[in-house]
Amino acid sequence: MDIVFAVGFQVMSGVATLLITSLGLAIIFGMMRVINLAHGEFLMLGAYAAILSARAGLNIWIAMLVVAPLVVGGIGLVIERLIIRRLYGRMVDTMLATWGLSLALIGAVTMIFGNTVAGFSAPLGSFAIGSFTASAYALFLIAAAIVLFGGIWALLRFTPAGLIARGTMQNAEMASALGVSPERVYAVTFAAGSAVSGLAGALIAPFSGVVPTMGAAFIAKSFITVITGGAAMLAGTFSASGLLGTVATLGTFATTPVFGEVMMLVVAIVLLRLLPQGITGRFFRRSL
Amino acid sequence: MKIKRRAALKGLAAGLAAPLVLRHAALGADPIKVVGIHDASGGLDIYGKPMIACLDFAVDEVNAAGGLLGRPVQLINYDPQSNIQLYTQFATQAATKDHAAVVQGGITSASREAIRPILDRYRTLYFYNTQYEGGVCDRNTFCTGSTPAQNVQKLMPYIMPKWGKKVYVIAADYNYGQITSKWITKYTRDGGGSVLAVDFFPLDVTDFGPAIQKIQQAKPDIVVSALVGGAHVSFYRQWAASGMKSRIPMASTTFGGGNETLILSPEEADGIVCAYSYFQEIDTPANKAFLEKFHAKMGPNAPYLGAELAMRTYVGFNLWAEGVRKAGSIDRMKVIEALETGIVNHGPPGTTIIDPKTNHVTLDVYLAEAHDRGFKVLQSFPDQPPSDTQMVCDLQKHPNENKQYVVDVKM
Repeated sequence: MDIVFAVGFQVMSGVATLLITSLGLAIIFGMMRVINLAHGEFLMLGAYAAILSARAGLNIWIAMLVVAPLVVGGIGLVIERLIIRRLYGRMVDTMLATWGLSLALIGAVTMIFGNTVAGFSAPLGSFAIGSFTASAYALFLIAAAIVLFGGIWALLRFTPAGLIARGTMQNAEMASALGVSPERVYAVTFAAGSAVSGLAGALIAPFSGVVPTMGAAFIAKSFITVITGGAAMLAGTFSASGLLGTVATLGTFATTPVFGEVMMLVVAIVLLRLLPQGITGRFFRRSL
Repeated sequence: MKIKRRAALKGLAAGLAAPLVLRHAALGADPIKVVGIHDASGGLDIYGKPMIACLDFAVDEVNAAGGLLGRPVQLINYDPQSNIQLYTQFATQAATKDHAAVVQGGITSASREAIRPILDRYRTLYFYNTQYEGGVCDRNTFCTGSTPAQNVQKLMPYIMPKWGKKVYVIAADYNYGQITSKWITKYTRDGGGSVLAVDFFPLDVTDFGPAIQKIQQAKPDIVVSALVGGAHVSFYRQWAASGMKSRIPMASTTFGGGNETLILSPEEADGIVCAYSYFQEIDTPANKAFLEKFHAKMGPNAPYLGAELAMRTYVGFNLWAEGVRKAGSIDRMKVIEALETGIVNHGPPGTTIIDPKTNHVTLDVYLAEAHDRGFKVLQSFPDQPPSDTQMVCDLQKHPNENKQYVVDVKM
């Protein structure tokens, strides 16, 4: 019986990790149709922001939960001003530009901090499920995923700002005719997406290690999750990370980490062949 | 004032040439070129940086004593950035452009097997100074680190009577981990134990959550780690964070080769048992004298040498230098023949003797336990021959042999 709990816990933590690391990308892609190829580097910047401020003596929780999203959100705001806003509606061009941005960010961070692995230990201790013990930080990660996801959903669903954002997402011209400035909405959305990515980077830092190229390990999985999810931003990301995270974790248990990821990719490919519009192209179509 | 283009160019040319001319004048004779290829960045820099520091130090020491054969030694360090492709590129460069007298380097076995054939082809002498899985049989390659018959064979008989007979192996997923896990299996069975499972992890895996659950499910008495590189260090963190460290003891064939004991907290690292041919903590007059000089020279930048790799690089260079002195030449074949007379090095880790049958070394082995950001040395075993490679390789009889033997263990 313990083993069921242990595996179930691992699956949940795998899904939570995928959800957290994909949300920032999903917000930017879902709201603005901008494919941010520098998403992995936003994660990396969040991790660096957290580890550097923690080393400077800041409380580790403040470093992770406050400093990281603020710093990366600010960087996102600047990048939107300088690069992204000039390329709205030109999907291929934005991909190229953000890819270049990703290389530049890796290069810059490597120059400043060196191409070396830094890391900090997961705060919190361990807890036991029957005879199995696991890291309590993983439990925190699951809780963080739920809170983050719920928070974004509530923001979009219940607040005036959320209403404006949803309106702009559905029909930018109409929103503009009603007195909303789509430019400002996009700027805020990009900054918010960046902030969520920064927070995600800080949250995964304790178990991933912090290195300038760390984004590469997550970006492919995030993309697959968002694309598999389809048009509905939140429902799509949630269902896709639930499915793919479960497959990857169970695959890893049954075989090795390599085959776990292979299985996940196979499932994603088959799914996209059957549902080219993603999961939410067929199911939960009217959800957020 | 008007600057004429021709005059300006002349001045520029003279300025550019000046350091070159001055250096030649200062050093006198034509320098002997030595190439070092070690990762100074990327996931393997935890090993590479101290190795480079030791190689620099060894070359400076030789130069301060008047160089080799009356010529200064010029060290060219390349940083392959933990990237195998760059290894092959730099090895080719070392042989064809620099015409290096010897190449010292390679950290992972994957990088060694990438550059060994290149250096063979270009007939450039090669020293590999890392503990590894054994079995390389190649007259052009000298392996000066310890091999499983020297380290795993000491590790398993020490931990099994103490901790138990059921062993779980986690290893890096490339030739080193694959072959070393076979040796661990062999020595576990020799001691009457059994290996419950062997799990392999690519070098970029950082999430060990499922692996740790699997280990708990198997309920071993001992976990033996052959994990490699900066990313895998997070295993030790997650192992401690999941509360397993106090439940199942761990030994390792790779832990401490770099700066693991420094970047982990003592709660995460202490108690892990390792066997290597050197620890910075070994208490001998030769080692103390070395560390004093090393720290005097490097000052606060002196890296922690940890176990094996950095010191073996220092010894490897000195073995080669001794070979050159004995041969009276830097000609590859003459140096190889001189080295194969059984050159001896009395260095900080003890006595190292080249074994002419295998081009490996007989060395002293130490058993230690991670303790308070370093190691506590428990036992020492002098004069351990490379008996694993000796079983299969005889370069005196078959000087043209060139392959890596792999131990045959049914998993």
